[in-house]
Amino acid sequence: MDILVCIKRVPVTGAKVTLTADEQAIDAGYLSFAPGPHEECAIEEAVQIAKKHGGRSTALTLGPDTAVEQLRYAASMGVDDLILLETDEEFPPMPTARAITAAIQAQERPFDVLLFGNESADAGGYQVGIRVAHALGMPVVTGVKKLEFADGADGGTTVATAHRQTPDGWELYEVPLPAVFTIKEGINVPRYPSIPGKLKAKKKPIQRITPEMGAVGLEKVRLVVPEAEASDVNILGHGAAAAPQVVELLAELGLV
Amino acid sequence: MTILTLIEHEQGIIDPQTLSMLTAARGLAQEQDLPLHAVLIGANVSGLAAELGEYGVTAVHMIEQDALADFAPNAWAACVVEVMGAEKPTAVIGAGTERSNEVMAHVGARTDLPFAANCLTIQPEDDAWFVKRVRWGGTLHEEARLYGDPKLLTIAALGIEPEPSSSGAPEIISVTPNLSDADLLVRVVSRIEPERKGISLTDAPVVVSGGRGVGSAEGFVILEELAGLLEGAVGCSRVVTNNGWRPHAEQIGQTGTRVAPELYIACGISGASQHMSGCSGAKHILTINSDSEAAILAKSDTAVIGDLHEIIPAVIAEIRKKTA
Ligand SMILES: Cc1cc2nc3c(=O)[nH]c(=O)nc-3n(C[C@H](O)[C@H](O)[C@H](O)COP(=O)(O)OP(=O)(O)OC[C@H]3O[C@@H](n4cnc5c(N)ncnc54)[C@H](O)[C@@H]3O)c2cc1C
Ligand SMILES: Nc1ncnc2c1ncn2[C@@H]1O[C@H](COP(=O)(O)O)[C@@H](O)[C@H]1O
Repeated sequence: MDILVCIKRVPVTGAKVTLTADEQAIDAGYLSFAPGPHEECAIEEAVQIAKKHGGRSTALTLGPDTAVEQLRYAASMGVDDLILLETDEEFPPMPTARAITAAIQAQERPFDVLLFGNESADAGGYQVGIRVAHALGMPVVTGVKKLEFADGADGGTTVATAHRQTPDGWELYEVPLPAVFTIKEGINVPRYPSIPGKLKAKKKPIQRITPEMGAVGLEKVRLVVPEAEASDVNILGHGAAAAPQVVELLAELGLV
Repeated sequence: MTILTLIEHEQGIIDPQTLSMLTAARGLAQEQDLPLHAVLIGANVSGLAAELGEYGVTAVHMIEQDALADFAPNAWAACVVEVMGAEKPTAVIGAGTERSNEVMAHVGARTDLPFAANCLTIQPEDDAWFVKRVRWGGTLHEEARLYGDPKLLTIAALGIEPEPSSSGAPEIISVTPNLSDADLLVRVVSRIEPERKGISLTDAPVVVSGGRGVGSAEGFVILEELAGLLEGAVGCSRVVTNNGWRPHAEQIGQTGTRVAPELYIACGISGASQHMSGCSGAKHILTINSDSEAAILAKSDTAVIGDLHEIIPAVIAEIRKKTA
C-alpha cells in the first residue's frame, strides 16, 4: 500500500503573535516551524500504515526551500520519499490543490491512500484535501480519528473503514481504495524522531517541482491581530491563603 | 438571483449554528435586496421548513430521498449544485461547522469555484467580495477578496445570537437530483455510541483543566479530586496530551474539544489562543497560575496567583470543611 501525506510548514506560535510590517505573515523571528498538529498525526499514520500493510510512504509539501526541514522531519519519523513543490509565494487553497494534484499525477507509481490534515493550522481553509480528491476522482472522508483496512474477497479492492467523532459518539464510513482521508489530531500519538532516524533523514533525496500559481480565487489582502478585550480580571488572592475566596466564588456560582 | 443557504440538521432539529448563520445571511440578503432561500436535504425533513420561514427564508428547495437519511457530504454537495444551476444564486452560504465547511468544499471542488471558510464579515462588491475570515483558530483574522460567481462561503456563527424574523410560510420547491453511486459512496454506514464514563466533558457544568504547570501525570490526581467534588470533568492543554499525561479526548482547544461550562478552572495553562478557542464559551473562567503576567489572565474573570500544587489542595480542604 503506497501512502502520500501532505504537510504544510507553519510557525509554532505561543500566546502572543506579532505580524510582519507588511501584515502578510506572522513575524517568525524567534519562532520555530513544524507541520500542523493534524498533519503530524497524518505523518505518524502514514508510517504506521506502510509498516503494517507493506509499501512506501511519501511526504509532500508546497512551500519555500526552508520547508525541506519539515520533509526531513517526516523522514526522521519514518517516511520513505520526499517531494517539495518549491515556491516563495503563499498559495491559496485552489492553486495549492491544483499543484498537489499535478504532482501526484506526475509520479510513476499511483498512491493507494492520500492523507491530509482536516484543516491547515494557519489558513484553515478546510478544502485542499477535498479538492484533490475530486480532481483525482477519489472518495474522501474528512475528520478521521481512526482508520482501518480490510482486503476485499479474493484479494479484491481493499476497503477502508474510517471513524469520525461527533458529539454523539462515532460515525463509520467505508470506502474502497484509492481514497483520500483528512486526519484529525488524536488519531495517534506522533513519535519523537530517533537519532538514527534523524541521521538517515539528512541524506534522503528530495524530488523538487516548481508549481504554477494560476487563478487565485481567494486572495489574501492582509492579516489582522484581533483586538484583545480589555482585561478586568479579579485577583482573588495569592497562594493557598486564597482558598476561602475561591470557595466563596464556587458558592456564588451555586456549585458548592 | 438569491442568497442560497445550506441547512444543517440532526435528528429533526436544525443546528443552532445554522440559525445563527441564517440571521447573518438574512441581513446580507436585505442589504442586497435579494430573497433568502434555503436548501434542505434529508429523508424526513419537510417538518423543518416552517421553522426556516421563522428565520426569514422565503423559499425552501427541498430534497427528500431515503438514500439521504444519513449524512453524505458529496451527495449533499451534488444537491446544492443542482439548486445552484436552477436558481443562479449570488452567493451560497453555510455555517462555519465541520459539516457545512465540508459540504461547501465539495461544492467548490465540483464547480471549480473558490470557497472561503469561517467568514466573520462580508462586504459584497461588484466583482470580488471583501471578507474577513478566521485564521489560526481565531488567533488571527484575514482580510481577503473572494472571487467567483456565485460566492461560496461559510459564516463563523458561534458568536451570533439567532434572531427569528418571520416572513410567513416559505414556498416549497421540490427538487429531485439524479444522485450517482459515486455521489453516495461516502456516507455514514453505522454508528458507535460513546462510552459513558462519568460526566462527559461537553456536558459537565465545571471543567477543571490542567496545563504544563501541572508537571506530570500524577499531578492530575488533585485536579481529578477537585473535579469530583464539583461534579465536573477534567480537561487539559495540548502540551499535556503531547507529554502523554492525559488522553487526547480530554484536550480542550482548536484541535481538541470545545466546551462551554458554567465554570472553567484553568490550572497551569498559559492561555494560547488555540487553547482558549476551546473554552471561550465558558460563563466564568477561574485561573490558577504562578505567573501574574500570564496571557490567560486577560481572558479570565477571576484568578489566584501562585503554585497550583498548594492552591488546589487548600481549595479541596476548604470545600470539604464547608460541606462537612
Ligand atoms: C494549529 C495549532 C493547534 C493547537 N491546538 C491546541 C489545542 O487544541 N489545545 C491546546 O491546549 N493547545 C493547542 N495548541 C498549542 C498551544 O499553542 C500552546 O502551545 C499550548 O496550549 C500551551 O499549553 P500550556 O498552557 O499547558 O503550556 P505553557 O504555555 O507552557 O504554559 C504553562 C503555564 O503554567 C504556568 N505554571 C507553571 N508551573 C506552575 C505551577 N506550579 N502552578 C501554577 N502555574 C504554573 C506557567 O506560568 C504557564 O503560564 C495548538 C497549537 C497550534 C499551532
Ligand atoms: N502548502 C501546502 N503543502 C502541503 N500540503 C498542504 C498545503 N496547504 C494545505 N495542505 C494540506 O491540505 C490540508 C488542508 O488545508 P486547508 O484547506 O488550508 O485547511 C492541510 O492540513 C494539508 O494536509
